[in-house]
Amino acid sequence: MTRNSLFAKLFSLIFAIFMLAPLVVVVGVAFTPEGFLEFPPSGISLRWFWAILDNPDFIDAAIMSLQLGVASATIATVICVPAALAIGGGRFAGRDALQALFLSPLTVPTVVLGIAFLRFLSMLGLNGTFGGLVFCHVVIVVPFVLRLVLASVTGLDPSIARAATSLGAGGWTVFRRITLPAIVPGIVGGWVLAFITSFDELTVTVFIVNPATTTLPVKLFSHITQTTDPLVASVSTVAILFTVALMLIVDRLYGLDRLLIGEGSR
Amino acid sequence: MAILELRDLTKRFGETVAVDRFTLSVEKGEFVSLLGPSGCGKTTTLQMIAGFETPSGGAIHLNGRDLAKIPARSRGLGIVFQTYALFPHMTVEENVGFGLEMRKVPAAERKKRIAATLDLVHLSHLSGRYPRQMSGGQRQRVALARALVIEPELLLLDEPLSNLDAKLREEMQLELRRIQQEAGVTTLLVTHDQSEAMALSDRIAVMQGGRLVQEATPFDAYDRPTNGFVSSFLGKSNAIDAHVESVGADGTVLRCGDLRLNGPAHGEAAGPVLISLRPERIEFCGEGDGVVAGRVTERIFLGDQWLFKVDTSLGEILVMRRNSGRREPDVGETVHLAWQAEHLRILAVETAA
Amino acid sequence: MTSARPWLLSAPALVIFAVMLLTPLVMTAVLSFNSFDFYGGIKPTFGFQNYADVLSDSYFYEIFLRTFLIALATTVIAALIGTPQAYFLLRMHPFWRSLMILVVLGPLLISVVVRTLGWAILLGNNGVINDALRSIGLIERPLKMMYTSGGIVLALVHVMVPFMILAVWAALQRQDPATEKAAESLGARPATVFRRIVLPQAMPGILSGSLIVFSLSASAFATPAILGGRRVKVVSTTVYDEFLNTLNWPLGAAIAVILLVSVLAIMVAWNKLVEKRFAGVFE
Repeated sequence: MTRNSLFAKLFSLIFAIFMLAPLVVVVGVAFTPEGFLEFPPSGISLRWFWAILDNPDFIDAAIMSLQLGVASATIATVICVPAALAIGGGRFAGRDALQALFLSPLTVPTVVLGIAFLRFLSMLGLNGTFGGLVFCHVVIVVPFVLRLVLASVTGLDPSIARAATSLGAGGWTVFRRITLPAIVPGIVGGWVLAFITSFDELTVTVFIVNPATTTLPVKLFSHITQTTDPLVASVSTVAILFTVALMLIVDRLYGLDRLLIGEGSR
Repeated sequence: MAILELRDLTKRFGETVAVDRFTLSVEKGEFVSLLGPSGCGKTTTLQMIAGFETPSGGAIHLNGRDLAKIPARSRGLGIVFQTYALFPHMTVEENVGFGLEMRKVPAAERKKRIAATLDLVHLSHLSGRYPRQMSGGQRQRVALARALVIEPELLLLDEPLSNLDAKLREEMQLELRRIQQEAGVTTLLVTHDQSEAMALSDRIAVMQGGRLVQEATPFDAYDRPTNGFVSSFLGKSNAIDAHVESVGADGTVLRCGDLRLNGPAHGEAAGPVLISLRPERIEFCGEGDGVVAGRVTERIFLGDQWLFKVDTSLGEILVMRRNSGRREPDVGETVHLAWQAEHLRILAVETAA
Repeated sequence: MTSARPWLLSAPALVIFAVMLLTPLVMTAVLSFNSFDFYGGIKPTFGFQNYADVLSDSYFYEIFLRTFLIALATTVIAALIGTPQAYFLLRMHPFWRSLMILVVLGPLLISVVVRTLGWAILLGNNGVINDALRSIGLIERPLKMMYTSGGIVLALVHVMVPFMILAVWAALQRQDPATEKAAESLGARPATVFRRIVLPQAMPGILSGSLIVFSLSASAFATPAILGGRRVKVVSTTVYDEFLNTLNWPLGAAIAVILLVSVLAIMVAWNKLVEKRFAGVFE
């Protein structure tokens, strides 16, 4: 169906420029040889990329974000798979309430979640600890994992599991041999989306980190609000490249639109 | 006078030829069916007439006008889509009135014509409903009314009954025929359902591999198929390989293995041919009168009919018997089959099809 | 199937949510009723003083009004851009469509901080846009875009429009493509087909997308914090300041609770409205 008019093509082109412009300038600025932000850069220099190495703060923050992303995505996935099987498996009293609860972090303003976690963790004396951060991030990413796993669970034909049972398979065997392989794409997609969400999270995290557990977005944020030198641009560029690589892999494996829409749209 | 004329209509998608030099003309008031299996090019033909596909070659004339340069919205055709394509956010009345609105018909007249058309399809009582609140058969009628209300020169029906269950489909066939005749609208139906095509049409155009293979009245297409494809696609048929042995003034003598069969006079002088024989033209008879003997291998009860599979020296032969309450042969019984020579159809063997 | 099974399966998630979500939220609600003084810190008293302070102060009124106006403007603009773009996306050649999907959805996966940094570079007084406009002689003095609500809206639209496109796109994919052909065959021009056939069928998607965009915009933090700073404060940056600078946690908690309640109220009202409007038409 290639019946788009010239107007539609022009509209799409301008829209694409609008979407890409801020990313392009960030990458462009990162290559400046000067000591201030300029675009287009007056030359091409890797000066500010080398400068990252002299700022171990950023590297530590990136490592912290990676660890946090992996830990929270993994825990969220492990608790979401059984929950999704329960919610997607059939009607029971309280099912809708349960689902609403697990999706509620999406509707509560993130700043509210941030202060709530801050209040809670500081009362327990866990504020700024890695363990505290991980469990806060688990709550934030659970909705994303649940939506994707739930979509693949409800997409399953329930008669397939019944067919396996009729052929003599026990409950655990049905799960391991039939259900699990069928929902693996949803689980993988959910984990990746959870990882990215955690890796990028700022609003909640900014309340509950301390200097030792600062994540990359928080480090970038505080740096930007104090000074704007090309260092933030080069760090951002590395983050963009990392995300693009991850995105391309996911698009090949799972489909970016399926990942983000959360339902089988292909 | 022909309303619709397709001349050498061709559509290529890259290397594949979907429609191949298709020629057909439809007379005013006629009901013509394009019949064929999926992928035969019938839907592509309809899309080209409607203006949703551009032909690669050939011409389409509607009432003498060449349609090549006319966009779909200006062709003035009434189309009933396979999915009905009702506008879900509009009531029945708004759906039916949409085409009139586009034609800037004044509100008062619009109202009158909507009412008259809804009356024609027996839906006057549901004019305020939304499509989602209606049954499949009712939606079908709305789609029909929406296409008819603009008084199109030609009504195109794209598999209109395929989304209905079997019983409703039969009812709607009768309804469709009644409405078409009352409205007096020239109609082209695209379908893969041979019984639907036979029940509804004045004429059937059978398509295979993008080409027209036979154009005839339903009776003639069924009774005198021009090739093996048509005979097997329209109804049930026994296909038997044979050789023409001699052609005389009063008939043809055919050889089929060890058997010699008499058939009607036919143009084929010699060589291999295909015999087509309808199962309902075969009778069980006494031992001496049979053309061929065989053993019943399967017996299927269809309510008003019995269907037998009989293993004979001609191969497996299907026999259809009306259920008249008599005892019919059982599986394993030996039976003798007879038919009149004039019921055999001698067809050319298809070359590379 | 016993009735305990689903609860057993959900138990780990349920425990984590009870401890890590419900408890902190309840504690925050309680906190908002406590009092605070600069020398003694938080006092475990119970009263509506913080709410009274917020609701009677025109300073906070202005912040709430600004926040909701920014969210509203962002929602309207995102709908105006996102709806046609979703439709064009649906009609694109598959190759261009998959490329465009990367362009639309890719930024969603990149940190808002990074994207807002891009907008800061574009919008500054010596930023890319002002430089370009000056060099072609269109303006003499730089247009002020940093530290304005307009700049925040622009950057928020960039952040939010993918959500709108996703929602509209999902609605458009449920539409029977033959309805457009049917309208065309009945004599409708392309613009009429869009307005009368496509737009009404996309409406449920536009409405649900608007809800998502509005609630996310009303509580957005990074974008207004970087582009608005202390000069253009919104609710979330005010809460941040109360908690991490002024250290008046009870007041910050009260502001946050008001934000939460008003966002939830708007969502519920909106859903009611949508359900009423579309009862019977769509499932």
